[in-house]
Amino acid sequence: MLTIILILFPLALSLATLLLKKEQALRFFVLGGALIEFGIMVAAFVQYRTSCHCQLLFRAGWLTNMGISLKFGMDGISLLLVALTTFLVPIIILSSFSHTYRRPATFYSLLLFMEMALVGVFTAFDGMMFYIFWEMALIPAYFICAVWGGNDRIRITFKFFIYTFAGSLLMLVALIYLYFSTPFPHSYDIQDLYAAVLTPGEQTWIFLAFFVAFAVKIPVFPFHTWQPDTYTESPAAGSMLLAGIMLKMGIYGMIRWMLPICHVAVHRWGPAALVLAVAGIVYASVIALRQKDMKRLVAYSSIAHVGLIAAGVLVLTIHAMQGAVIQMVSHGINIVGLFLVIDLVEQRTKTRNITDLGGLALKAPRLAIFFMLILLGSIALPLTNGFVGEFLLLLGIFEYSALFSAIAGVTVIFSAVYMLWMYQRTMLGPANDITAEVRDLSRVEMAALIPLIIMIFWIGIAPGFFLDTALPDVMTILSYAR
Amino acid sequence: MSTITSITLLGILVLFLGAMKKQTWLLPLILAGLVISMVLTVMDWNSFHSWYNGMLIVDNTAVAFSTVLIFSTFLIFSLAAHYYRGVQRPLEDIYGVMIFALAGAVMMTSYGNLIMLFLGIETLSIALYVLAGSHKEAIVSNEATLKYFLLGSFLSGFLLFGIALIYGSSGSFDLHRISLFVASCAGTYPPMFLAGLFLLIIGLSFKIAIVPFHFWAPDVYEGTPTLLTAFMATVVKTASIVAMYRFFTHTFNGIHGVWETTIWILAAITILLGNFTGVYQPNLKRMLAYSSISHSGYMLLAIVSFGAMSDNALLLYSLSYSIATISAFGILILVREAHGNDFFSSMNGIGRTNPLEAFCLTVSMLSLAGIPPLAGFMAKYYLFTTAIEKGMVWLVIIAIAGSAISITYYFKPIIAMYLRENAGEPLKVEWAYKVHLAFMTLALIIIGLAPFLLIGLL
Repeated sequence: MLTIILILFPLALSLATLLLKKEQALRFFVLGGALIEFGIMVAAFVQYRTSCHCQLLFRAGWLTNMGISLKFGMDGISLLLVALTTFLVPIIILSSFSHTYRRPATFYSLLLFMEMALVGVFTAFDGMMFYIFWEMALIPAYFICAVWGGNDRIRITFKFFIYTFAGSLLMLVALIYLYFSTPFPHSYDIQDLYAAVLTPGEQTWIFLAFFVAFAVKIPVFPFHTWQPDTYTESPAAGSMLLAGIMLKMGIYGMIRWMLPICHVAVHRWGPAALVLAVAGIVYASVIALRQKDMKRLVAYSSIAHVGLIAAGVLVLTIHAMQGAVIQMVSHGINIVGLFLVIDLVEQRTKTRNITDLGGLALKAPRLAIFFMLILLGSIALPLTNGFVGEFLLLLGIFEYSALFSAIAGVTVIFSAVYMLWMYQRTMLGPANDITAEVRDLSRVEMAALIPLIIMIFWIGIAPGFFLDTALPDVMTILSYAR
Repeated sequence: MSTITSITLLGILVLFLGAMKKQTWLLPLILAGLVISMVLTVMDWNSFHSWYNGMLIVDNTAVAFSTVLIFSTFLIFSLAAHYYRGVQRPLEDIYGVMIFALAGAVMMTSYGNLIMLFLGIETLSIALYVLAGSHKEAIVSNEATLKYFLLGSFLSGFLLFGIALIYGSSGSFDLHRISLFVASCAGTYPPMFLAGLFLLIIGLSFKIAIVPFHFWAPDVYEGTPTLLTAFMATVVKTASIVAMYRFFTHTFNGIHGVWETTIWILAAITILLGNFTGVYQPNLKRMLAYSSISHSGYMLLAIVSFGAMSDNALLLYSLSYSIATISAFGILILVREAHGNDFFSSMNGIGRTNPLEAFCLTVSMLSLAGIPPLAGFMAKYYLFTTAIEKGMVWLVIIAIAGSAISITYYFKPIIAMYLRENAGEPLKVEWAYKVHLAFMTLALIIIGLAPFLLIGLL
């Protein structure tokens, strides 16, 4: 029951938000609602019992004659991602308070609608429900980025929409095809889809359809061309939603749907996909070194980091898969933190250009400290969340191939280089005209950052809680995939 | 039968009221009359009558699609009060002719005999030639009617010739007799019969505007008064596609090997060409013309992959397509009224000045593009499912590619309304019109969330 409440509550909030006129009341209402949603999530966490599989199951018929049912539930992997979503949304809302968006009611309504769709994607245990929520997440994301974005937003967000929509349509064909391959009576239930009988040739096509749909979303090289522009031109909240949560839909889709369903094709074509993922890591890392715009730099660093996660999913070892799950959560937290800090810098200085900045730490020491802490998580320093994930990922990839692991390992080195370089050129050194009079963080801004810092160190110091939550389900997925 | 009778009586009554100079009574009477005939139609559910020696067959398919046609006409007439306000000339002729066209459309869904099919098509077409030119002062309207009439009457010749050839080889106009003849041929069909069949395909393809017989459609749609374009794009299209559907699936299903490839190719090129060309249209009305062409391609999927679910899929598709298209035309009428044209740039900033109207058009566009959870998605989903069940994966992939292309033009009005600024005056809309638009939008959402209300009827 809690699962369906987690989906319907943000939807109700989203509709109710449209009725509010006063901005102050609106903010209070939206933030309160998102926190209650987080509270419901905590209740679900408490009820959840590790070591069983899909729990908190909600099941109702929808189109029974077509085998589509409303089946929502959570296993460990879903639980962590729903927790990530409900944890990040209040922070994103809180960070939006410092902006005066025009038509705020619509903005927050879309944001909550998006939360509904994301929770739906992560909890759907029916193929068609997964697809429907997957597409539903795209519409609010598009509007948030297109309406409240930067100067070149119309062209860029449109490219983003076409790209992701075209990718997911292939998935629709694959799902319908799978439906007819399931044991009679056909259904979209996840267990039936896992049991679908496919020839190796059919598996290859379905693998390709799934892979393109997910690879566009993640994005894996060479499907990434929409990503840097979209992240750069989106409003801060849009970048955070896309990078923090929405791209996890792609990785989650690989783990939940692609690996178990087309396991034969994954063994056959996985290495090719792995090459793409690893190539993307190197490619994006090198490009990130040369970026002048902070947001663009973080966007390219994100391609490199998620390339590593995708590679970890594809090698099919326990360590890599565990690392992928934990790194999905960590990456979500870190990148939201980075975008948040960049947004704070931009609000103060009206620029994101690295060469225009410098010496921010002199006037805004608290900003500099928070930035440093998030940065450490992002470059995977031991005792931070990034270390746990990347260590497991690299270990798992090493078990598969030492060469790939060595190449993938450059992310860790490169990200330290470009991240610290960015830090040095923006925060340290003498102040200039732009940065001379910046103010330090306000309480509201710190309130948005502190939960992120807590999570960075919690996962970094005591990852066992999170790893154990996901372990049985990671084993299950791998047993299907092998 | 009661459907056709009641609609025809309504048409006569409208003309009569016009003669009595009761202009203000016209629309209330029409709307009430359409509701009554809709009720009469639904009362025929599960009755399976046939009339005039099998000329008309009222089975559930006929009842369901007749209801869709009458409902679409009802939605269009609900826009008429706004569209024709301030017009001084009497309107009973336009309204009357529209209702007679509807009678022809209903015949096309329930014919059991090729003569009845031809009668239905001609009743519909002749009415449409008049309607296309009903804006007498405008040169584009005259151009539209002339183009439509010349090509339409020419293609009616094809249709009639095809019927004659089929009659010549099978000895009957009756669909049932023809299907018996088809069964008796046992694999070898007389060339005359096949020629007749393909002439029939050509004639019907023209009415539906299937590529490559679609060239008239954009110009005629553009020139025709907007309200009547909505009628052409929905009622006429649904009726023609259902006529084709009945014909192929009930009579010629036994020889689907003969025509399957043809329809497959027609569907594929209609979807691709309709969508590709739609991308390059400068204004909303022409864009909707190409959108309607591509949607006829999607509806052909129901014919080519005929199966147990096809009736339902086509019903869902035609209904959701009609509602979304009429809703889009509703906004188009407002934009043309305010700006005198319907270039996408005229729609700039509507999202701010008229949030409700912008939302309605957005939902309609997203539904036409097939984005969940709207009606258009469920309709496409069912069509694709039936096609994949028949093993036509490639056709579905082409259809999906078409959907991906169509996004580029369905998003043009959305981008204009929400993302481009314009300090123009808000569109002036009376509340009844707003309620009507909101009703259609709600219908699209409800059908999308609860398609089981319609699926499984047939």
